[in-house]
Amino acid sequence: MRRPGRGAWPYLFLTPAIVLFTLFLAVPIAYTVYLAMHRTRVSGLGLGKGARREVFVGFDNFAAALADAELWQGWLRVLGYGALVLVVMLGLALLFALLLDSARVRLARFSRIAIFLPYAVPGVAATLLWGFLYLPSLSPLKAVLDVDYLGATTVTYSMANVAVWGGTGFNMLVLYTALRAIPRDLYEAARLDGASEVQIALRVKIPMLTPAIVLTTVFSIIATIQVFTEPTALRPLTNTISSTWSPLMKVYRDAFVTGDLYSAAATSIVIAAISLFLSFGFLRVVRDRAFREG
Amino acid sequence: MAGVTAATAHRRRAHGAFAGRPWGVAPTALLLLGAIYCLFPVFWVLIAATKSPGELFSTPTLAFGTGFFDNVAELFAYRDGVFWLWAANTLIYAGGGALLSTAVSAVSGYALAKYRFPGRNAIFNLLIGGILVPAVVLAIPQYLLFSQIGLADSHWAVLLPQILHPYGIYLARVYAAAAIPDSLLEAGRIDGAGEGHLMTRVALPLMVPGMVTIFLFQFVAIWNNFLLPFIMLGDDQKFPLTVGLFTLLQAGANQPALYNLILTGALLSIVPLIALFLTMQRYWKTDLSSGAVK
Repeated sequence: MRRPGRGAWPYLFLTPAIVLFTLFLAVPIAYTVYLAMHRTRVSGLGLGKGARREVFVGFDNFAAALADAELWQGWLRVLGYGALVLVVMLGLALLFALLLDSARVRLARFSRIAIFLPYAVPGVAATLLWGFLYLPSLSPLKAVLDVDYLGATTVTYSMANVAVWGGTGFNMLVLYTALRAIPRDLYEAARLDGASEVQIALRVKIPMLTPAIVLTTVFSIIATIQVFTEPTALRPLTNTISSTWSPLMKVYRDAFVTGDLYSAAATSIVIAAISLFLSFGFLRVVRDRAFREG
Repeated sequence: MAGVTAATAHRRRAHGAFAGRPWGVAPTALLLLGAIYCLFPVFWVLIAATKSPGELFSTPTLAFGTGFFDNVAELFAYRDGVFWLWAANTLIYAGGGALLSTAVSAVSGYALAKYRFPGRNAIFNLLIGGILVPAVVLAIPQYLLFSQIGLADSHWAVLLPQILHPYGIYLARVYAAAAIPDSLLEAGRIDGAGEGHLMTRVALPLMVPGMVTIFLFQFVAIWNNFLLPFIMLGDDQKFPLTVGLFTLLQAGANQPALYNLILTGALLSIVPLIALFLTMQRYWKTDLSSGAVK
């Protein structure tokens, strides 16, 4: 028997990944698209066999999702929450990465490990910890700032804080790793020209970091738009978070509480489209600016 | 000329060090503030979990209590020791899933890095593109497909969809490209080694450090996942810790007498990951191309 030539081997090695991709990515995506374009129609009194049929409705479900006031309110809430999380989390991640990279810092190893630590805490556990810290009966935070952390307006900030706490460390690590890869002699040159550490950070390091900043921003946008765990896990502790607080929570409710899979599928595609649109939009803005400056 | 510039720069730096004493400690102070912010909730739950239900509301926030072992005993007795099951399930999902994920990523990454074959870029882009597909589009159809084959609400429904990990494949490809010299593979081929043999005996052993990193990232991602098991599972005997904690919170949010149970559960569910994280420090890297050269 002839052994397969070298040509077949890479395909053989890639078979598990391709099979998994087909089963758990391609088929589910196709199925979502199918569901999103169908709906159950009830004919007559809805009794007997064949009274409930699945019919093709084209883009009706998408139109319904786009006209849904409850969903729009969810979008607005997530937009406010997301803007806050993105700016504060990535800002802090960048600041900490730059500080760690500057030579003068003491206890850098301790700080790096401590700031990365929340990455090891599951979102549910993080929300639970902060949720209890927010509870009026337990809160040591009352001594710092005496407000109701779970009130109708404050709850968004409180939730954003959980996301910032959980996400800063990972983004800091990505940016810090990218910083370490920049050749050191670039800084030496800038120093000889009389640039201060702050100037080096702003004029040399941040421009060199742009690809890593773009990458962390895009992934943060995708993650933030799909926020689900934090508001869901905070719900038992406060009545200020509705069951449709975020768009993804509405998808969950439609699919598993109301049982309307078709709406849920259409809404989830809308969420995916908006997150991809925002990510690519962001990439475009960054690229255009880079070209103009270059 | 150069000597003069260097001397000026030196003087300026020395001057800065004297005049800017407060500035000298500012970076360290900022980083330590960040570290305190990140450690505070973990430290707080560590203390809160030692308090008996009475002490939780009466003793100062940062004073250790006397009820830790009672809390643990109570938690382990909760509903016939379901917490143990949750921990065991989490270990199965995260351990098994991360092992399979690492194997698939390593083999795929090796094939993509070390072979030239038609469709290589198309397959790579397709697999990596998966990272842009929001989890929400996948979770509902995955649930429906699993329920059609009767596997929803089983361990498989949580394990299987989390094996394919685009970021893992990307890391494995980068690592394989940097860590496996082509000359070594060629030498093996000249000696008559088969391609399968080359992979298992030459390539994979060289990829072990990179595979540890991929394993860790995937282990944490699965351990922390809430949405997928939350959607897939109905039977609390199969819950991972995240979903278990959430149900505990739902049951106890309105009963302050259960708070110590919830807080102890939260603490115990983050301890293993924090331990793993602190002991495996040197493998937490986001850029594997530089790590391979050492």
